[in-house]
Amino acid sequence: MYPTSDKFIPFITPETRNFWEGTKLGELRIQKCDSCGHKYFPPRPFCPKCSSKDISVVLCSGEAKLYSYVISHLPAPGFEPPFSIAVVELLEGPRLMSNVIGCPQTPSSLILDMPLAVVYEKLSDEITLPLFKPTEKIV
Amino acid sequence: MKNQKLVVIGAAETTSLGDIPNLSQVQLHADGALNALADAGLKISDVDGIATAGENPITIAQYLGIHPEWIDGTSVGGCSFMMHIRHSLSAISSGLCKTILITHGESGKSRIPPPEWPWPPRPGSYEGQFEAPFGTMGPPDLLTLPFLRYMEDCNISVEDLAMVPVIQREWAALNPKAWFKEPITVQDVLDSKMIAYPFTLFMCCPRTDGGGALVITTEERAKDLPGKEVYVLGAGESGETMLISQMQDFTTSRAFKTSANRAFLEAGIEREDVDHLMLYDAFAHLPIYGLEDLGFCERGEAPNFIRDRNTAPGGKLPVNTNGGGLSYMHSGMYGMYAMQESIRQVRKVAAAQVPDVNISVAHGIGGMFSASGTVIFSNQPN
Repeated sequence: MYPTSDKFIPFITPETRNFWEGTKLGELRIQKCDSCGHKYFPPRPFCPKCSSKDISVVLCSGEAKLYSYVISHLPAPGFEPPFSIAVVELLEGPRLMSNVIGCPQTPSSLILDMPLAVVYEKLSDEITLPLFKPTEKIV
Repeated sequence: MKNQKLVVIGAAETTSLGDIPNLSQVQLHADGALNALADAGLKISDVDGIATAGENPITIAQYLGIHPEWIDGTSVGGCSFMMHIRHSLSAISSGLCKTILITHGESGKSRIPPPEWPWPPRPGSYEGQFEAPFGTMGPPDLLTLPFLRYMEDCNISVEDLAMVPVIQREWAALNPKAWFKEPITVQDVLDSKMIAYPFTLFMCCPRTDGGGALVITTEERAKDLPGKEVYVLGAGESGETMLISQMQDFTTSRAFKTSANRAFLEAGIEREDVDHLMLYDAFAHLPIYGLEDLGFCERGEAPNFIRDRNTAPGGKLPVNTNGGGLSYMHSGMYGMYAMQESIRQVRKVAAAQVPDVNISVAHGIGGMFSASGTVIFSNQPN
């Protein structure tokens, strides 16, 4: 349903490998500081709040809500405009960029704070993207 | 820093602005630089410090024939030139150099040569891993992304957003050098081509060619020069994130607030002392954030403040009097042009001159709410 061949392919770095290995397995992973409890994204091997290196990986529920978005009408490799570029807020707290799919790409179907659930789209052998779908039927 | 007063002694833009297919980007830097030095009454050999963004400062120094003893290549987007002023104040006050040239040139329309930014980002960068795979192509779909959250939380309509370019076009109509001068209505703005909902074409800046430069020195040295000195009362800078998704609060910019508060603290003035304001506007929502985060309006009140014509010609706080990035010109890194208009206003030589301007604030953004710089100018020492 989504053409994938032309999409921008990320290059994995040592600090982000765990995240991308997770999405490949259908897991959304963020990090949590064991010293101060801060949960954060994107990944790095220390806490951006307190600099502690005592961190662990947290498996997310995949539940999120729509924090903000634009509906892009600009040509983009691998995309058919108009399409949403969204920032979602995970149930666990951190925010990340994604696309909301599985609903019309219109303001009346993309309601701020609407509940979303993660779905995965394979982009290459190494890269699987976390995308989001509305969990309630849009009327 | 307080005991030695620093002044802008030379300020100029490129000889022409807008569509300049016969000059490369480096020559745009040089054209603005030579114009600013002529304004100051100085020669290249008088310059011992160089600062620029977008190009390597050594490229510009060598091209102009400057042998620098102080170099600042801070390049964090369009507000870099505001930061260069702040860094210049500290450098000259510390005796690192005496006369600094800050240059900007950008072939935003003619693209001579084509720029590397914004697409594609480096695939291993945070932007390459966590933004670009989702179809982001640059500022029109990234810098605009926070605004729906603002609209929702502050109960603002898309018509409110459309008022920003409408009122700025009124200022542009008074400026013969503005790229767009025709009056527009809210309906015209809403009917223009959709770029990235809720942003239509008229809510986005054009891409044009141009440049400009500033010459900074001490008040003492400026006394013997023909240029009309403009005092820098204070300056601030800050940064937040390169990833828009990691901006702390989509309804307010932490970088804006920190930068502005620092500048006002340093200048020792209050918001009501400001006669004129330049708010970097690559897109229509930025003056709204600017008015609120700089402390001129409460959260959510800037759209009403604009609609009530406070920032329009005849209003109590004239904003973006050259027409702004939305109508005057926008080469890509607009900060230099915002400062040039602040300087023209306090020198009382602006095309749309506001009566009785003694203090003007120029506030800039860098990247996608990534960075910020603020400079407070006056025609009198503090």
